[in-house]
Amino acid sequence: MPDTHGSTAMSAAGGTATTTRLLEVEGLTSTYGPVRALDGVSLSAEAGRITAVLGANGAGKTTLLRTISGLVRPVAGRVVLDGEDITKAPVESMVAKGMAHVPEGRGVISELTVDENLRVGALFRGKVDRSEFDRVYDLFPRIAERRNNAAHTLSGGERQMLVIGRALLAKPRVLLLDEPSLGLAPRIVAQIFGLLRQLVDSEGLSVLLVEQNARSALSVADVGVVLNLGRVVVTDSARTLMADEDLRHAYLGF
Amino acid sequence: MSDLQSPASTGQAGKATDEPPVKATAGGDAPSGPAATGRTFLPQSTLLRHLLVLAVCAVLAVLALELSSPYQNSQLATLSYYAIAAGGLTVLTGMNGQISLGHGALMAAGAYTTALFLDAEEPLPLPVILLAAVVVATAIGALVGVAAARLHGPYLAGATLALAVGLPGLAIYFHDILGGEQGMRVRAPQAPESFESFIDAVSGNSASSTKWLAYVGAICLLITYFFLANLVRSRIGRTWRAVRDQEVAAELAGINLGAWRVLAFVVSAAAAGLAGGVLAIVVRLAAPSGFTIVLSLALLTAIVIGGLGSLFGALLGSALLVFLPPFVTNLGGDLGLDQTEAAQLAPFVYGVVLIVVMIFVPAGLVGTIRLRWMTRKAKRAMARAGADDTGSRR
Amino acid sequence: MDYFVNVTLTGLTQGMIYAAFALALVLIWRSTRIVNFAQGSMAAATTFIALALIQAGASYWVALIVALASGFVLGAIVERVIIRPVEGGPELNAVIVTLGLFVAIQAGIAIIFGSSFQSFPTPFGVRGFEVGDTTIPLTPTSLYIIGSVLIVMALLVALFRFTRVGLAMRASAFSQEVARLLGVKVGGMLTLGWGLAAVVGSLSGLLIAGGTFVWPAYMDALIVFGFVAAIIGGLDSPVGAIVGGLILGLALSYVSGYAPRGSALVNISALVILIVVLLVRPGGLFSSTTARRA
Repeated sequence: MPDTHGSTAMSAAGGTATTTRLLEVEGLTSTYGPVRALDGVSLSAEAGRITAVLGANGAGKTTLLRTISGLVRPVAGRVVLDGEDITKAPVESMVAKGMAHVPEGRGVISELTVDENLRVGALFRGKVDRSEFDRVYDLFPRIAERRNNAAHTLSGGERQMLVIGRALLAKPRVLLLDEPSLGLAPRIVAQIFGLLRQLVDSEGLSVLLVEQNARSALSVADVGVVLNLGRVVVTDSARTLMADEDLRHAYLGF
Repeated sequence: MSDLQSPASTGQAGKATDEPPVKATAGGDAPSGPAATGRTFLPQSTLLRHLLVLAVCAVLAVLALELSSPYQNSQLATLSYYAIAAGGLTVLTGMNGQISLGHGALMAAGAYTTALFLDAEEPLPLPVILLAAVVVATAIGALVGVAAARLHGPYLAGATLALAVGLPGLAIYFHDILGGEQGMRVRAPQAPESFESFIDAVSGNSASSTKWLAYVGAICLLITYFFLANLVRSRIGRTWRAVRDQEVAAELAGINLGAWRVLAFVVSAAAAGLAGGVLAIVVRLAAPSGFTIVLSLALLTAIVIGGLGSLFGALLGSALLVFLPPFVTNLGGDLGLDQTEAAQLAPFVYGVVLIVVMIFVPAGLVGTIRLRWMTRKAKRAMARAGADDTGSRR
Repeated sequence: MDYFVNVTLTGLTQGMIYAAFALALVLIWRSTRIVNFAQGSMAAATTFIALALIQAGASYWVALIVALASGFVLGAIVERVIIRPVEGGPELNAVIVTLGLFVAIQAGIAIIFGSSFQSFPTPFGVRGFEVGDTTIPLTPTSLYIIGSVLIVMALLVALFRFTRVGLAMRASAFSQEVARLLGVKVGGMLTLGWGLAAVVGSLSGLLIAGGTFVWPAYMDALIVFGFVAAIIGGLDSPVGAIVGGLILGLALSYVSGYAPRGSALVNISALVILIVVLLVRPGGLFSSTTARRA
């Protein structure tokens, strides 16, 4: 593992008050035709932290992630990754810059096998030692058993494990996750979120987690950002948001 | 009908181009080009309005034919059969979102039918023969249409391409009757005596056989466009557009998609059959080499240039098919190409035009102009008219 | 009996060519959801380049290599310049663009190389091998055709199965967005895919030309045959394309060999087969899908 994101250093940073703003989003505005899906969104994601972006359907959560990773080009605003302005960088270059995006609907390439899916995730790094794949399989024994099966035979939970594992093979510093809980049984969601927490704590990863399932997301996140109609309504610690009953009723639906 | 369609213009209407929905709503009054400009003092009834336009166009046609040279007469005759076929194809591709590369083959069906009937000892009257050409092409079109109704996009293009390549082969198989590679010479139909006196009364020009054929073409063209324009504005035309733009919604509304697609194919096949009949008598020959895939692609070029879905555009595009080849062939000659090489410049230009139009102005000439006009109108009408803009960008 | 074997072998040989052409169509369809109707014209263009070289005194093999290489370049340029702007747009637009390319290239060939019939050489004989004192209906040329198509297919399989570029190409073909997010340069992969497909298409053009005549439109029928073969195989499946090509080759050979004046019926038979397949098994013989909708 390169020294820039040595796990001990990062988790130490994440634990103390001096946090590193790995990803910063400033005044991001994106439109679909006449509709403003994002309207001046600013937020940041810190190393060793899980930042949950919450809000109802259509609040702009998915557009936010797609704009950050360049799939949607913003009409205004900036995206800064570790000091580098990546607003106009090509989508293909993001992962090499240390940002992995797991899209909505999981992004499994269902025609490829499980192992091939993982290999695609590591392609941009050139030769990758087999042991790194073994580490992912150790992390997710369930997909290890199915490594030579076509990915479309996997269950929803297994797919989620596959895409997270695949993203990890890219050795990202920032992980963008779009609705990982969608369509999964609560038990599996808890399992995946638990694992995510572990990874963040041990590797100093920064996770930007988009979720409609606000309750689960806040239970694992450090910081919560609530979006409504493309604008940030509130940014606060997850605990504070959990405690704010009015806000929960108004925007989070629980 | 407009409120039914507007959501499709920005949405998933991934079919034809995204413009036709917008255009189709505008297109209501546009198929009869002149009508669009002065419709304030035209009758409210569509049929009456179209009849009036028909009369005006008939006068214009006579003027055009009498004020031009014999060579130009024959060019206009050529224009008429291209335009008839392109009009039919516009209904299919523009209105209903289906593509066909088989219209050249359907024209062949009409042309061979005409040739066979004219070959008889005592040929039937010309209108009857042309009607027979229409019937034969329609029957083939119905057969193809049934298969085509279940296909879309590349599948349909490939299937009709197979038709275009395959059908002329029948002429070789039945070479005893259809003349094989050489094809059939077509006997020129005799002009009735009334035609002579008509021309004499109108202009005093000589009523040559070329002129007679040009008139036959013009009459067929006017009838076809009158019929198609009314069809497009009718409930049938609206249903076609619904089938094209809102496949799922139309199906949920109880519209039998397949049947409507077959109908579109049948109507356009009928036009192709008539076009083939006119071609046969104008060219005096029905041979496989006259109905290659290049013919089908030329027709496609005509409707793409004109803007998919506009009859006026189809006419304009057909005019280009007639007047462009001599122009570029001369150009090629000036550039030092020999005659056979220069003759290939026209199809070369068709191909380039197809590519360029699709990449830069997918709405075609008429479509783009109309879209601009529509957008301006829409912007004036309501403040939030962004939808049209997004449509034009794709 | 001899006649039957002869007709069957002819069918298999032709079928291999159709298979190669269908494979080229399938490669492009899988990656860009576009049927490249210009494939035949593009192959014809490279065949004429080869012919020009041979007429200038080059050996068949040099001409073959140059033609295949120019096929690659042509395919890549076409994707970059002409297809890229309509990729992902309305499917009718892409269809019309490839059709435009079809006529433009065909006319371009006629302008540059002339539109007359010209004979194209074959590197091997067209007389059957002799075993003892009987001539078996297997010719060196048909062996060459079958062998070269098999070699190309094996190379493609190796590329897609065992190389990193192949994996990246497959990922791009199946899921462009995911591949881009994973850092795969999808644009480059699509260009490469079109280039490779054009090489395979060119090969089939060169093979079918061998020992017979070429003219600018000589590939028109092969576009149809290749398309029909690809449809039989389901348009999505490389293996299906190959099987489809062989089935079609045999079927057309039997029609041509047994029906009275059958050779005039070959094209129309392809049409009939196509329509039957589309109506009975719209997803092709090798797929489980039944409907074909946008």
